Amino acid sequence: MTAPGNAAPPRHVVVVGASAAGLAVVEEVRRQGFTGEVTLVGDEPGLPYDRPPLSKQLLAGEWETDRLLLRAPERFEELEVTHRPGTAATGLDTGTRTVRLADGGTVGYDALVIATGAGAVHPPSLGAGLRGAQVLRSLADALQLRGSLARGGRLVVVGAGFVGAEAAAVARGMGVPVTMVDPLPLPMVNVLGDEVARLLAGRHTAAGVDLRCGVGVEEVLADGGRARGVVLTDGTVVETGTVLVAVGARPAVRWLEGSGVRLGDRGRDGVEGVLCDPRGLAADGVWAAGDVAAWFDPATGRHRRGEHRLGAAEQGRAVGAALLGAEPPAPSPPYFWSDQYDLKLQSYGATGRDMASAVVEGSLAEGRFIAVYGHRGADGLPRTVDGVIGISAQGCGCRSALHKKTTIRSANGARIEGRVMAHCADIAGGRGGQTRAGNGMCRRAPNGAPPRKQFSARTSAFLLLRRREPEPTVMTATADHAIYLEPFVPEPLTP
Amino acid sequence: MKITIEEEKCCGAGQCVLVAPEVFDQRDEDGIVVLLEPVPPADQQAAAREAAQVCPAAAIHIHEEA
Repeated sequence: MTAPGNAAPPRHVVVVGASAAGLAVVEEVRRQGFTGEVTLVGDEPGLPYDRPPLSKQLLAGEWETDRLLLRAPERFEELEVTHRPGTAATGLDTGTRTVRLADGGTVGYDALVIATGAGAVHPPSLGAGLRGAQVLRSLADALQLRGSLARGGRLVVVGAGFVGAEAAAVARGMGVPVTMVDPLPLPMVNVLGDEVARLLAGRHTAAGVDLRCGVGVEEVLADGGRARGVVLTDGTVVETGTVLVAVGARPAVRWLEGSGVRLGDRGRDGVEGVLCDPRGLAADGVWAAGDVAAWFDPATGRHRRGEHRLGAAEQGRAVGAALLGAEPPAPSPPYFWSDQYDLKLQSYGATGRDMASAVVEGSLAEGRFIAVYGHRGADGLPRTVDGVIGISAQGCGCRSALHKKTTIRSANGARIEGRVMAHCADIAGGRGGQTRAGNGMCRRAPNGAPPRKQFSARTSAFLLLRRREPEPTVMTATADHAIYLEPFVPEPLTP
Repeated sequence: MKITIEEEKCCGAGQCVLVAPEVFDQRDEDGIVVLLEPVPPADQQAAAREAAQVCPAAAIHIHEEA
């Protein structure tokens, strides 16, 4: 058993960063049967906690801090880890394999995992350092914002991305007046695309959010070190004592400068963060996982960095296995969710403003639907399915299509793990069944012949699978459905 | 091994069902987790542990000693 980056199996695994990715590394090495020493270093106090609820249930006051713990204290104890909470890493010497800590101490490693995540950006022009102007990334941030909202007064949210839009929804739920500002034309538009983002904008407006899209913030006004308002780029002044700056995050790599670990440069590499190979290896004996890590993606030939919760856990698991020389588990499609008002938004795979999209179940007007995203065909509709977004209110029937479980066996008996993502009758139907998908499922021809590689108009459905097949494969499934898999290679539509 | 779930935490990602389909399912109407096997048989325990590990909402709890 040889591990890339480690000539011999490690005796001491050090994980820097004690959030979702870091904890996943620790759990995975133990799950793999590693009995050596494991050290978990984190700059925040206390046990590892989960971040998605910070802008949801915790901010709303529905949950208290202890509900955010990723593992109950007794479960965490079982991992037999040397935990160093409240201790930031300040430097790395890859020659001597030593991490320097803020308390002046050092810790040596055989295998190091960098899982320091990302830090919320707070530029000076947006009131960094002012009381009443803050970001939302940590538990302390969330509790501070909760306190500010409880004191009353208007909340100005700068940036209508995940964090900003969720916080705005929570604040409205508490009866707090909210102004949300974003230079883009619609909230979350880069991931949702225009149509879906327009729906979301409508929900915020209907809930009473004063939504100012297409406009930026010039400066935050202050009085005696305390925020008192914001000046927008159109000259408008909005008075407020509470400004939430939610303009994105940057990977926490400062402590790695000069360490020899390769760091991404946006201009040169298109991405920031710790540059890794496709398995998370950054340097000899050094791995990275989660928001801080930019893994090389062989499919695109570029490094890619994600900031979603599931990806952090999966990368942590994969690194935990790989650093011991074990085979890492296959990654799932990218996934995220967001809760705003009574809306549940879920996304699988690749979606975005630059892709074609089509509603395949439900309708935008109802606010409950499933939309697929893919390469744009000549007719403007997606002709591949690379991703799916579902939005539902509570009790929405169309959400079930996102979750319908399908057991599929290939011709050789192997089980393909998948789930029906969406029915696509609307795309294929009326368009002559021309829509093609990367991975798909379609009705078998009546005579039992293998399906043609295009969707039938009536019963097409898509599967997003846990793995992609290198070559097109026709597989059998239930009596009236067949599965085929092929790589996501866009081809021109034949008229 | 005994499994407990926190429904209110579940975000409906369905990772548990992919990893351990004998132990977990999802409600058809909203995708929220359904615990099929609160006390999973020995051959399902590894998958159950894995499911708890990958759950993006930390909604699955494994109690080993039970």
